[in-house]
Amino acid sequence: MKPLHELTVQEVHEGYRNHTFTCVQLVQHFLDRIKKYNPRLNIYLALNEHALEQAAAVDREIVEKGIDRELLGIPLAIKDNFLTTGLTTTASSYILKGFMPQYDSTVTEKLLAAGAIFLGKTNMDSFAHGSSTETSDFGPTLNPWNPKHLPGGSSGGSAAAIAAQLATAALGSETAGSIRQPAAWVGITGFKPTYGRSSRYGVIAMASSTDSPGPLARTVADAALITQVIAGQDVKDATTSPLPVENYLGSLNKPDLQGLKIALVKEYLLPEMRSDVKELILAAADKLRSLGATVEEISLMDPQYAIGVYTVVQRSEVSSNLSRFDGIRFGHDRSAFGQETKRRIMLGTYTLSAGYYDAFYKKAQAVRTKIIEEFAEVFKTYDAVIGAVSPGPALPIGATKDQPMFGEMEDILVEASSIAGLTSAGIPCGFVDGLPIGLQITCDQFQEEKALMIADCYQQNTSFNLFPDLDQTL
Amino acid sequence: MKITPLIGLEVHLELETKSKMFCGCPADHFGKKPNTQTCPVCLGLPGALPVPNKKAIESCLQIGLALQCSINTISKFDRKQYFYPDLAKGYQISQYDEPFCSDGFLFLDSGKKIGIERVHLEEDTGKLQHKTLNGQKVTLVDYNRGGVPLVEIVSRPDLSSSAEAKEFLKKIHEIIRALGVSSVDLEKGQMRLEPTVNLCLENEIGSHYTPLVEIKNINSFNFASQAIEFEITRQAEEFSQTGIEKSSTNKTTRGYDAVKKNTFLQRSKEEAKDYRYFPEPDIPPFIIDAGYVEKLRQKLPLLPDQEIANLEKLGIDKKDAKILVSSNNQVALQTIKDYSTNSIVDIQKLASLIVNGKINSDQNLIEQYDKLTKIGTTDRTELTKVVREVLATHPGLVAEYQGGKASLAGFFVGQAMKATRGTADPQTLASLVADLLS
Repeated sequence: MKPLHELTVQEVHEGYRNHTFTCVQLVQHFLDRIKKYNPRLNIYLALNEHALEQAAAVDREIVEKGIDRELLGIPLAIKDNFLTTGLTTTASSYILKGFMPQYDSTVTEKLLAAGAIFLGKTNMDSFAHGSSTETSDFGPTLNPWNPKHLPGGSSGGSAAAIAAQLATAALGSETAGSIRQPAAWVGITGFKPTYGRSSRYGVIAMASSTDSPGPLARTVADAALITQVIAGQDVKDATTSPLPVENYLGSLNKPDLQGLKIALVKEYLLPEMRSDVKELILAAADKLRSLGATVEEISLMDPQYAIGVYTVVQRSEVSSNLSRFDGIRFGHDRSAFGQETKRRIMLGTYTLSAGYYDAFYKKAQAVRTKIIEEFAEVFKTYDAVIGAVSPGPALPIGATKDQPMFGEMEDILVEASSIAGLTSAGIPCGFVDGLPIGLQITCDQFQEEKALMIADCYQQNTSFNLFPDLDQTL
Repeated sequence: MKITPLIGLEVHLELETKSKMFCGCPADHFGKKPNTQTCPVCLGLPGALPVPNKKAIESCLQIGLALQCSINTISKFDRKQYFYPDLAKGYQISQYDEPFCSDGFLFLDSGKKIGIERVHLEEDTGKLQHKTLNGQKVTLVDYNRGGVPLVEIVSRPDLSSSAEAKEFLKKIHEIIRALGVSSVDLEKGQMRLEPTVNLCLENEIGSHYTPLVEIKNINSFNFASQAIEFEITRQAEEFSQTGIEKSSTNKTTRGYDAVKKNTFLQRSKEEAKDYRYFPEPDIPPFIIDAGYVEKLRQKLPLLPDQEIANLEKLGIDKKDAKILVSSNNQVALQTIKDYSTNSIVDIQKLASLIVNGKINSDQNLIEQYDKLTKIGTTDRTELTKVVREVLATHPGLVAEYQGGKASLAGFFVGQAMKATRGTADPQTLASLVADLLS
């Protein structure tokens, strides 16, 4: 039998059903691993002290009723920007150190209602401001493949929890690349639902107009299951969509991709991109062809414009969203903000100032509309757009030093799809220098089913979905 | 030199919806224990999101319609950003360039048309309490009021005297009350007034405009009027001394001191606020359907001016009609309507008696009316007997009357009235005297 930490959600449920192991055993197994590896990797910021009691309750439930909840007894790692009662929530910021939420976020509430057990809260870039976890006020998380490298971010802790096999699955959130990029850098599956598909209520806001909660998981199938649980309209979030949630699990396990048209964006094979990374993407395109899809090269707006738009819109929203931490409540004054946070607040405040609003914010929104229109045009012909998630593999620790645009440069290939509110899967498609490379499969808004279906088919027909042996890598 | 004051008014109204603007907490905050009506949304806790209150939007649109505004098809909320301890999120959700209603108007009694620039919706802030606790001076924050729906009405600077401003405010007050969206109790802060005043001074050279002055947060019509009066004088004096004219950067904000009856500088141009407005990303824009607006328009109650006109059509004096409507005496108005087709009751008299306080609205109006306007017995059969007796006891005078002394008729009526102890209708008696003696 596989070790417990290598099991997918489906395999855990099989184990429960066959009484191969109990939920208490599984949770204890993860807690032991966390105890062993977390001090080095700095993945979890807080652990759930009641996890074992909750696991015991799950075991009783299984005896009484069997498994009739989608995530019953599934140990999850939760990004620290989701409010969870009973578990401190800091968004990796010193200003919220020790903050105990008064309410639960809608998506974590849904996960709990589906029977999940939260192992703990994971490290991230402070207030999600970054793509490395280096901006965390509690120190960076290390990449389980190579601790000299970064795990990416902002959901770096949740991504590393899966790669290091310190949870069965994890919850993250993406504003622009914050799920897909760390998933790519640690070689796991990440899925960003359409903006408005999963509720933002109770998620410490970064950029309100692009934040989107989603899963980080061992497989596309696990990601689909978690998305199924968290998706849907929320009366507490006016930006969630009333569209019905499709059956994501039902769309999986397709034998091939016959009849699908996929676009490979030329501009996303950046001139400065390493040739071995480009080759992996082209090989992925060939793989999709061999699975029956038509893959054609297309041209889109230079991704640098998306960076400009994203930087202005995101900084503007950040400066506003963080103004509630005014020093009167929450225990710390604004000097407790980290460098990157201060930098973003200042830039955002500037772009919204009288006289600059039109030149920056308004213009950015106009370009955003252009990008949305451009994608809409592409999706008239194509089912999906593919490309690399990141220009290269995980960068070494310290790479963000004196690089205020670090995150944006690393997220250059995912920002356009984020500001257009699209859905996108990030999955491993190979390795360079012993570090994973990620492929993104992006579909039109509310086409989660299609993105998951293509990603699942690709993943089942490739063998890049590997996990590091921590005793060797650390 | 001719001086014309240019006065515009900003009026804030608290709506009496069941729940707050963006959360489910009760909106009725007056006199409640501090911080007992709060939740993650109105406390601005991390992660909380605003969900707009449909009823409040409907009330705002009704106000807009009552003020003859056009309802904008596309509308949105914006964030108005500033720091103040009573503002939980560090920004107020308001409306900037796409309010729900714009370009309306209101007529003063003189027939003068006052433009309404816009009517928009926003959220109220919390309240600060400055206290001494354990010998320490502290400022406490009560967030019960935070997030209560607030409608802002902005007039154009078409008012040219404090009297016009006061009339305008009274009319707004009456309209809001008629709509039933707020009791607009000024003492409870449900209606707050902010006049903006400057002057146009004309001499032989041309026109000069004094710098704009906004007077903040006044809670009585009289104070508003006094503050405007004070400003008019002050600005005229200031201009004669400094000659400084209005520019795009010299608007100032002043407060009103009700005790000293003067205004004082609060904020000058150097401290002018930049609110860094931008569209509220947590609330999608609204598309307001014309059919829905039409339905709302049809549901509007009778508005004060229409009600006054209707009363005038019933023959009621305009002055009385205005008092009746502004006193919002629903019992009286209904009774007048009910009896307007009844020929026995003189509607004009009834109205006048109510207005003059002769009739108490807490009791049956018509019974009181009858008592006050009782015309006495008009039963001719019974009164004929009485008149016959009077004539029979004064045969000499009857002869004199018949001889041409018509003035004796009054004597006979008086005697008959005496015999009935004043319960007879004098007109009936007079006609009987004439008939029986002819």
